[in-house]
Amino acid sequence: MTLAVQFTGVSRVFGEVKAVDRVSIDIQDGEFFSMLGPSGSGKTTCLRLIAGFEQPSAGSIRIHGEEAVGLAPYQRDVNTVFQDYALFPHMNVLDNVAYGLKVKGVAKGERYVRAEETLALVALDGYGARKPAQLSGGQRQRVALARALVNRPRVLLLDEPLGALDLKLREQMQGELKKLQRQLGITFIFVTHDQTEALSMSDRVAVFNKGRIEQVDSPRNLYMKPATAFVAEFVGTSNVLRGALAQRLTGQALPFSIRPEHIRFADDQPLASGELEVSGLLHDIQYQGAATRYEIQLENGQNLSVSQANDQWQAGAPTFQPGQAVTARWARAAMVALQDLAPGEGH
Amino acid sequence: MEASLKSRTRQPAHGPLHRLANLLYRKPNLYLALLLVPPLLWFGAIYFGSLLTLLWQGLYTFDDYSMMVTPELTLDNLIALFRPANYDIILRTLSMAIAVSLASALLAFPIAYYMARHTTGKTKAFFYIAVMMPMWASYIVKAYAWTLLLAKGGVAQWFVDQLGLAPTLQLILSIPGVGGSTLSTSHLGRFLVFVYIWLPFMILPIQAALERLPPSLLQASADLGARPWQTFVQVILPLSIPGIAAGSIFTFSLTLGDFIVPQLVGPPGFFIGSMVYVQQGAVGNMPMAAAFTLVPIVLIAIYLSIVKRLGAFDAL
Repeated sequence: MTLAVQFTGVSRVFGEVKAVDRVSIDIQDGEFFSMLGPSGSGKTTCLRLIAGFEQPSAGSIRIHGEEAVGLAPYQRDVNTVFQDYALFPHMNVLDNVAYGLKVKGVAKGERYVRAEETLALVALDGYGARKPAQLSGGQRQRVALARALVNRPRVLLLDEPLGALDLKLREQMQGELKKLQRQLGITFIFVTHDQTEALSMSDRVAVFNKGRIEQVDSPRNLYMKPATAFVAEFVGTSNVLRGALAQRLTGQALPFSIRPEHIRFADDQPLASGELEVSGLLHDIQYQGAATRYEIQLENGQNLSVSQANDQWQAGAPTFQPGQAVTARWARAAMVALQDLAPGEGH
Repeated sequence: MEASLKSRTRQPAHGPLHRLANLLYRKPNLYLALLLVPPLLWFGAIYFGSLLTLLWQGLYTFDDYSMMVTPELTLDNLIALFRPANYDIILRTLSMAIAVSLASALLAFPIAYYMARHTTGKTKAFFYIAVMMPMWASYIVKAYAWTLLLAKGGVAQWFVDQLGLAPTLQLILSIPGVGGSTLSTSHLGRFLVFVYIWLPFMILPIQAALERLPPSLLQASADLGARPWQTFVQVILPLSIPGIAAGSIFTFSLTLGDFIVPQLVGPPGFFIGSMVYVQQGAVGNMPMAAAFTLVPIVLIAIYLSIVKRLGAFDAL
């Protein structure tokens, strides 16, 4: 299988700041690949490096096997959906979509036919005569998508395209984007800071932190087997336990992570083999609809989050009160040992 | 804690100022009215009213023999605008205004583009000051200075001689409608002074329009395959047209109304502005002067409607 995009030791330095620091990634052809990370983690800079809006300070970027360093954006077979959509305000929707064909010298008749087809692909046929200002946010987003797809790129770059949409619309667009990607069979590289978005859409996700990649993996592995404390805490919620507590519980000095939903409250039964338990003081209870979140302060002062699905509707939910002493248990198998040792690393 | 919260959230209206503040907060329209009445009075009565009075006087009768103005309404002054002598003045002024606006736009665009897209912080401040500094100096002094620069044996003449272009200059000066006996008494010289004086009024609006252009639009254009010149023609230029239009409204109307530069530089012959000046001053024919003031207003109105029809304001 050929690689759509390959980063080898790529760095991008702005003055003193290393926005991207020795990053190497292989993105497969036809893959839905997400770059996930907090703001300032280098994910958008990586996308701009692929698009050609930035040039790397060091390293090599190959797009479909060809060295792309030094190429201008208009010399690359990739197209971008911008965060602010960047629609041309002085052109109507059809001219916006046809723009990529116009500048490549495609004749007027053909480019309008193809622009109409691409508009139909995003369910906006018939909107061609409108100006971008007359469209809703979701519609503008679709126009931006159609405009980027009209050139039939082999790689589509999406820079937080759903960030400005409200939750319902965002979830709907996530499904549509995924469907579109399967239908077209081209590589989508999707930048987001929203971990649920990245998990639900992607084949693989790269987690960025401080210009470096912490882990590249499938959504399932990212969640179930986070490699570092940062990934454990950024992708979903996690309890990362360290130091003496970790030593006492596991017999190893390595920090480990345990998901809140993998923890349960101790019942009358004795501790089963392969299980651990800790005690602490319950100090906060948050009802969250599908689940209830309990915050427990452990003996060493660390916080432990426990999440219990609200499915005990027949037996009645447990009635805990803040300030109550509780004991929490979990299976050893649910714990994930993490690589890094340095406490406080991550956020 | 609770007590202090209570006292902070429920503050009764004490003095009259408090009550007034509360009243204005509850009635935003009253607030707006208080804010707008003074400027509307100024604009409506003093500015607009006096303009209408002035134009109304254009319908008064001027008696050539007694040199007296009588408030008998007549259209003679307006009809007189179309007499060949007056019509020439209008045409001369109009063509100069168009030429000055075009040249200013061509000169201003690169400067404005550089300011908007390539300077930041201190360099940008430097350019702002450099563009506006000539406007701080007295306009008349600048116009006089130019008469010396362009005079026979002046700096401009010397410079042209040094370049060995004196014959070329003579050739240009011999073209009717452009030239004159020397640079300072030629249409070309007058044109140069106008462009110099009004250029800042063209640079700043174009710069503002280019500044508003989101960088992502230019990136999107390049991303879709447009080469830099295509991005310029398809995106940058169309979106800067409102700025060019705004700037040209300044250069156009300022040239139409000017009466000092035409007196100091260039060949003899009135401009609209100098005609108004002479009519109301030396001659005392206020009605004719008022009729002449109508001309720039009408020309600007026509100009604006053309600019609008070209779609210059669509992207606003």
